[in-house]
Amino acid sequence: MNLSRAAPKKGENFELRSDLNSEYRDRRKDAIKRVIANMTVGKDVSGLFPDVLKNMQTDDLEQKKLVYLYLMNYAKTQPELVILAVNTFVKDADDPNPLVRALAIRTMGMLRAEKIIDYLSDPLQKCLRDENPYVRKTACLCVAKLYDLKPELAIDNGFIGQLQEMVSDSNPMVVANAITALTDIHATAVLNATESSPAPLQANFIITPQVLGKLLIALGESSEWGRVALLTCLARYKAVDEKESEHICERVLPQFQHVNGSVVLAAVKVMMVHMRHLTREDLVKQIIKKMAPPLVTLVSSAPETQWVALRNINLLLQKRPDILQNEMRVFFCKYNDPPYVKLEKLDIMIRLAQEKNVDTLLSELKEYASEVDVDFVRRAIKAIGQCAIKIESSAGRCVQVLLELINTRVSYVVQEAVVVMKDIFRKYPHNYEGVIPTLCANLDELDEPEAKASLIWIIGEYAEKIDNASELLGVFVDSFLEEAYQVQLQTLTAVVKLYMKKPESAQGVVSKVLETATKDCDSPDVRDRAYIYWRLLSTDPNAAKAVILATRPPITLAQTTVPPVILEELLGEIGTLASVYHKPAETFVGRGRVGADAVHRKIEGQEDEAIREKALQTLVAGQQAENLLDFDEAVAGEDQPTGLAATTAAVVQSSAGHKVLTSANPLDDLASLFGSSSLATPTQAPAPSPMSPPASMFPSVPSAAPLSNGPAVPSKPQEDLLGLF
Amino acid sequence: MISGFFIFNQKGEVLISRLYRTDLKRSVADVFRVQVVSNTDVRSPIITLGSTSFFHVRVANVYVLAVTKCNTNAALVFEFIYRFISIAKSYFGKLDEEAVKNNFVMIYELIDEILDFGYPQNSEIETLKHYITSESVRSETALRDDSKIAAQTTGSTSWRRTGIRYKKNEAFVDVVEVVHLLMSASGTVLRADVTGQVLMRAYLTGMPECKFGLNDKVVLQNARRAEGETYEAGTVELEDAQFHQCVRLNMFDTDRSITFIPPDGEFELMRYRAESSVHLPLRIQPIVTEVGKTHVDYTIAVKANFNTKLSATEVVIRIPTPLNTTQVDCKSPAGKAKYVPAENLIRWQIPRIQGGSEVTLSATASLTQTTDRKPWQRPPIDVDFQVLMFTASGLLVRYLKVYEKSGYNSVKWVRYLTKANGSYQIRF
Repeated sequence: MNLSRAAPKKGENFELRSDLNSEYRDRRKDAIKRVIANMTVGKDVSGLFPDVLKNMQTDDLEQKKLVYLYLMNYAKTQPELVILAVNTFVKDADDPNPLVRALAIRTMGMLRAEKIIDYLSDPLQKCLRDENPYVRKTACLCVAKLYDLKPELAIDNGFIGQLQEMVSDSNPMVVANAITALTDIHATAVLNATESSPAPLQANFIITPQVLGKLLIALGESSEWGRVALLTCLARYKAVDEKESEHICERVLPQFQHVNGSVVLAAVKVMMVHMRHLTREDLVKQIIKKMAPPLVTLVSSAPETQWVALRNINLLLQKRPDILQNEMRVFFCKYNDPPYVKLEKLDIMIRLAQEKNVDTLLSELKEYASEVDVDFVRRAIKAIGQCAIKIESSAGRCVQVLLELINTRVSYVVQEAVVVMKDIFRKYPHNYEGVIPTLCANLDELDEPEAKASLIWIIGEYAEKIDNASELLGVFVDSFLEEAYQVQLQTLTAVVKLYMKKPESAQGVVSKVLETATKDCDSPDVRDRAYIYWRLLSTDPNAAKAVILATRPPITLAQTTVPPVILEELLGEIGTLASVYHKPAETFVGRGRVGADAVHRKIEGQEDEAIREKALQTLVAGQQAENLLDFDEAVAGEDQPTGLAATTAAVVQSSAGHKVLTSANPLDDLASLFGSSSLATPTQAPAPSPMSPPASMFPSVPSAAPLSNGPAVPSKPQEDLLGLF
Repeated sequence: MISGFFIFNQKGEVLISRLYRTDLKRSVADVFRVQVVSNTDVRSPIITLGSTSFFHVRVANVYVLAVTKCNTNAALVFEFIYRFISIAKSYFGKLDEEAVKNNFVMIYELIDEILDFGYPQNSEIETLKHYITSESVRSETALRDDSKIAAQTTGSTSWRRTGIRYKKNEAFVDVVEVVHLLMSASGTVLRADVTGQVLMRAYLTGMPECKFGLNDKVVLQNARRAEGETYEAGTVELEDAQFHQCVRLNMFDTDRSITFIPPDGEFELMRYRAESSVHLPLRIQPIVTEVGKTHVDYTIAVKANFNTKLSATEVVIRIPTPLNTTQVDCKSPAGKAKYVPAENLIRWQIPRIQGGSEVTLSATASLTQTTDRKPWQRPPIDVDFQVLMFTASGLLVRYLKVYEKSGYNSVKWVRYLTKANGSYQIRF
């Protein structure tokens, strides 16, 4: 860092130095600009500190800003020299020009050097009472900066108390910044609090009914960003009674018409929070009715904003499926939408699918299935299956569309369609057997494990109806050891099913597959299952029948992808990252790898019952997940070799692409570490055990998450089974 | 809150870097370079690594990036990035690598003004232009102005300074509508709606109080009820309306009246959306047949479906061709049609189509043999156009009243424009 202290005699820094000390004003200024340019690209110009500092005293505001910019970057590395700047700062903070005063106080807060902080108190004190609102609003934020650096100084000097007074300022922007600063301080205090040193009382920002009044008044006059800060605050406020909630809702309602999308979403957040306490049906109806149009408008904004809005709409629909009932067409994908927007729109369309619009949706989905983006095509086909499962009356048409798609003979289309057909068979067991020949005809097309496994499952399930079932399965038995594990598992189960249904024709295959699986296979899962079948078959054929041919519970389409308690929490976070990821904040921000500290603190802290409940749930889920950890690791690790490198990116992808079932699980971080959603679902489903035959087809398939893929064997036979050992 | 703000070029070099909070190191720039710039398959505009989140928007040949470390308001961050982009465009005419490099000092000045400690501050373009200017040396006389600006920036009408004078008081209103159309191959309209903007250029003296009236169905219905008269056609039903911050939202909420004190100069007064009875200015009827595996025949008819006195201009119709097209033979009586191999489409450009008239293009594309058995995907036909003095939604400005203490007369001008830009799609 200090290499250049020894003043080199040549090179760029040498030239800059001589220019900085030039007698000509223009030359000096030009040199400062070059220094800033070097700083931006990452060259070390810290050695020029004293020379740049000399140019601080100037009438030229632009030059002053540049010097300040330089100081902000290097103050930390040259703490002893910063002192030289203090005089100018203090003088500037007293300048007749309010812009200069504000600039000085803004910069001083950013210097982050211990030494200068002590000189900050006096000018800050003065600026907080400045007659000019521009200076006051800048000073407000400076208090937050000070608190971030040296909390005790901000508290001892009474700055925080002063901020609280400034909430009543006559100027709306000052009010907004005071609120912003107080919120920031509150957050910092909570974050830094530990067991031994709890957050200082003064830093707590409690919104009293008096403050509420000020907020509501300032709301109408504030700048757009100020409005977001105020609305966020309103969402935190706990109304004393229903009447107050009503009042807040009525006052916030006009904000739906604001041109800034983040204001609209912040207003939606306030509504969702305070609507919980409303009992007047007509008012709730009115709010919901007024909420829909601005949400739809957000869908035609810039793609990034649009995506944030779509993720939030997805969340809102889980709580209130009726909001956008008649608006499905808005979510039709445009050919040139970016992929992340398309996938999200698809998801929302499924949520909005009803009997009356399913035909339009199906023809739309069919259209998407012919696009270029493979990911999107697959999701579209999956969506057709979800339609069929959600709306029973449409299942026939969905199957028809799938058949048409299979006939295109495009490899990935066929494979995905086969996977989807399996789900439809699960839901409507004996309705569409006529399709099976077409599926079997495409056997050779399949090269993806999931598609293969699906088709094998179908063959096993309907073995009695397929004449050449043993022949078809025989192919897979022959290549048994070359297949992926999930295909092996399915082959094993399907052959055993075939044996139960048509013992005479399958004798040979079944003994061959059992022998290969137990002797030559290197997956313990496959081996274990083979042993179980073997023993079952040899000890008690009737018990074997009860276990292997048991009727599976039908699958349904999950209405929500997040548990109710989390959903409520996320609705209070509309517009934020948490609502975009559909995950509580502590799963992705937090100091520890596992956000357990944060959760713990929440229990300790003041917050309400819901959070306590959630936290407890989290801990329980955490313990469960921990037990599971040992054993899912192997499976997930093999199937998703993305490994550690893709860790956190996977969080993003999965939330963009698939609906990941999230739970209040502090181990979510860890879960995504293994690239599999199976860990994140311990609250929904019992452990995916290797001995529940069809279930093991699912656990490592995150994309199948929306269909509730619990273990298909009812728990009763599973217990029986354990009793057998 | 935003911890850091960066601009990168396409190679991933840092053009602008500004840290607002201490929780971040300058080296995050490298992480972004690896994760986004050099990654060809970016599937999300937000990327979270550990607890650091990267929000990026790509404009021309630069990336604008905001980095945060907490559970930030994502909607606000993107709104802010887009605001920065529009400020930059307004200041420098464009936002690309060249503009950033030439104006980096000004950009630092701007982002320091509009973002403090990671919280967005005043970002009204017109106000910023008063005190962040390229002229550098400031005389003492500027001092008084600065005080005034500073007071105004934070006031309840932060968008307008006092003491504005014009010899001639004028206000220009532009209604610009973008038509979104999605038509299925069978000719049914899947989606047709209009997003409109009311742009205003106000050159008015003092603190004028403006009242703006549209043929809004709700307003006119209320008026009819009040006056007991029947008001028949000519109204438009707005699904939604959004206003510039100068409009009093409370007033709109109670009686749908649009009242405001306008900023000086150009601004977007209102944005709206209309879905019912959208009048589609151009009807496209494509007949595309694949003749065996060697040819595709096109007959594309375009009918201008509006008043004969008006005309559509700058019409560009993009008709996709199969990927294995070798050449295309185009015949059209109007405009120029040309095959663009790089984009796999026929680009048919028609400078002007008179209302009520119809033009037809016939073309034949020859294909080479291919082993690819995947059928042609047929992306939609895409149409760009402009029609002046026409609104697809039927929206009309009924009045713009200006009241000012001094009681001057003002002149108002209204223009209408309907256009489509990549949003008018016809499947075939």
